[in-house]
Amino acid sequence: MPHPLYRGAAIAGVDESDQIGNVPNKTSLQLHAEAAMNALADAGIDKSEVDGVATAGVSPMQTAEYLGIVPRYTDGTSVGGSSFVIHVGHALEAISDGRASVVLITHGEGHMGGGRRGPGGPDPSNLAGQYEAPFGVLGPPYAYSLAAMRHMALYGTTKEQLAQIAVQTRQWASMNPKALMRDPITVEDVFNSRLISYPFNLLDCCLVTDAGGACVVVSPERARSIKKKPVWVLGIGEAHDHSMISQMPDLTRTAAQYSGPAAMGMAGVTHGEIDLAMIYDSFTYTVLVTLESLGFCKQGEGGAFVSNGRLGPGGALPTNTNGGGLSYTHSGMYGMFLLLEATRQLRSECGQRQVPDCRIALVNGTGGSLSSTGTLVLAAD
Amino acid sequence: MTTQPPYAKPIPLITPENERFWQGCKAHELWLRFCNACAKPYYYPRDICPICGARDVTWKQMSGKGTLHTFAIVHRAPTPAFREDVPFITAIVDLDEGPRMMTNLVGIAPDPAKITVGMPVEVTFEDITEQISLPKFRPAAYP
Repeated sequence: MPHPLYRGAAIAGVDESDQIGNVPNKTSLQLHAEAAMNALADAGIDKSEVDGVATAGVSPMQTAEYLGIVPRYTDGTSVGGSSFVIHVGHALEAISDGRASVVLITHGEGHMGGGRRGPGGPDPSNLAGQYEAPFGVLGPPYAYSLAAMRHMALYGTTKEQLAQIAVQTRQWASMNPKALMRDPITVEDVFNSRLISYPFNLLDCCLVTDAGGACVVVSPERARSIKKKPVWVLGIGEAHDHSMISQMPDLTRTAAQYSGPAAMGMAGVTHGEIDLAMIYDSFTYTVLVTLESLGFCKQGEGGAFVSNGRLGPGGALPTNTNGGGLSYTHSGMYGMFLLLEATRQLRSECGQRQVPDCRIALVNGTGGSLSSTGTLVLAAD
Repeated sequence: MTTQPPYAKPIPLITPENERFWQGCKAHELWLRFCNACAKPYYYPRDICPICGARDVTWKQMSGKGTLHTFAIVHRAPTPAFREDVPFITAIVDLDEGPRMMTNLVGIAPDPAKITVGMPVEVTFEDITEQISLPKFRPAAYP
């Protein structure tokens, strides 16, 4: 018997803000709002129909007021880059309960006015500020490189295998006109880029861009009369198992070990049925450890798994076909853009980079210091 | 007479909850929270045991010995104040008593070929202000 919430909601529309990349003249809130209107247009739904708002980064109250929306369902879950993936799961639950029928999920981050999130200030409640920042662990590259080194030491994973992820992701980016970095790269290019925090070179790290993105989730009833084909939510999962990287129970296994089986179990799909994987790539290592944690390969075998072109164009597991946070865009909490690409692939809108016969996509967002995860299984109509 | 420039890197804030830990560090001793109910030490200092939830918690001095859980070598300074330090080694250490701490590995070259995950380390303290000494680790003298 299928899970009671199986196919309980659909993604009706997605889009970016008007511009992404370097957008110095727009506030983060503007990027939220532009993307929201673009996603509603993609769905063919007027904003007057929106009865649920979910957002992270800014308060949902700001987004709703800016757009003149009075929601009866609100989700301000803010657990880093995975937040928007988790919002989809929550929206499905609210829709299934009859509390909402059109939920607008928004993201936007820009550097205008120095608005980029920086390291925490002197707040005694900021644990990382208290117990990690004094040692120079102030931000994602520093935290994630410590986890990557543990994997290399335990399992013999190499820098070259990590670099292979950046190379394959760039191959996809070269086919996405919206990607910021489109010139092909080699493993040597990764090695020759400047060191950030060993074992990470610059090209092991995601971009830092200005961008907005939005996603409209609707009830099965409302999905019948949208502009394009709906993308169905088959399974949802979420988890987090620490805040600071030093307190992560196992640096080589993320909470996707919980959110993944939850989503795949609800969806009733196996790994072999996944046509597209959209895996948060804040760093090359994030992809490797997430694929392992989701069970695409055994713990420790990710290095071999990601090599030999498996993730790239023509590979057995097309992954991050938009070019990812590594090469397309990464505005801070990137998870929203996983939803955009999965939806577009499942609607066969991706042109040159379209994955043939793409029916089922797995989306996995990661937030914090490898802390939180949200997993979705999505399917074409 | 020369004046020292002010310490510009992040400085932990002392609160009633963590004060004993920082007092220990100031004395160059590593004192961690210890749960009387489940008989385990834990880090970072909290008034509620994260293992069993008990509030019957005390303080215990640790041996200061441990092993290197992982490390990284910072080349791009996270803030301008760290520029004079790069390259430096960030590290996570497993204390022999169990808890895991973020720290810096000092007293060894920042060369990945010379540093081994699992190597024995011991605590050493860096006095950064009148109140705060940071617990750092160096290769153990006698493994």
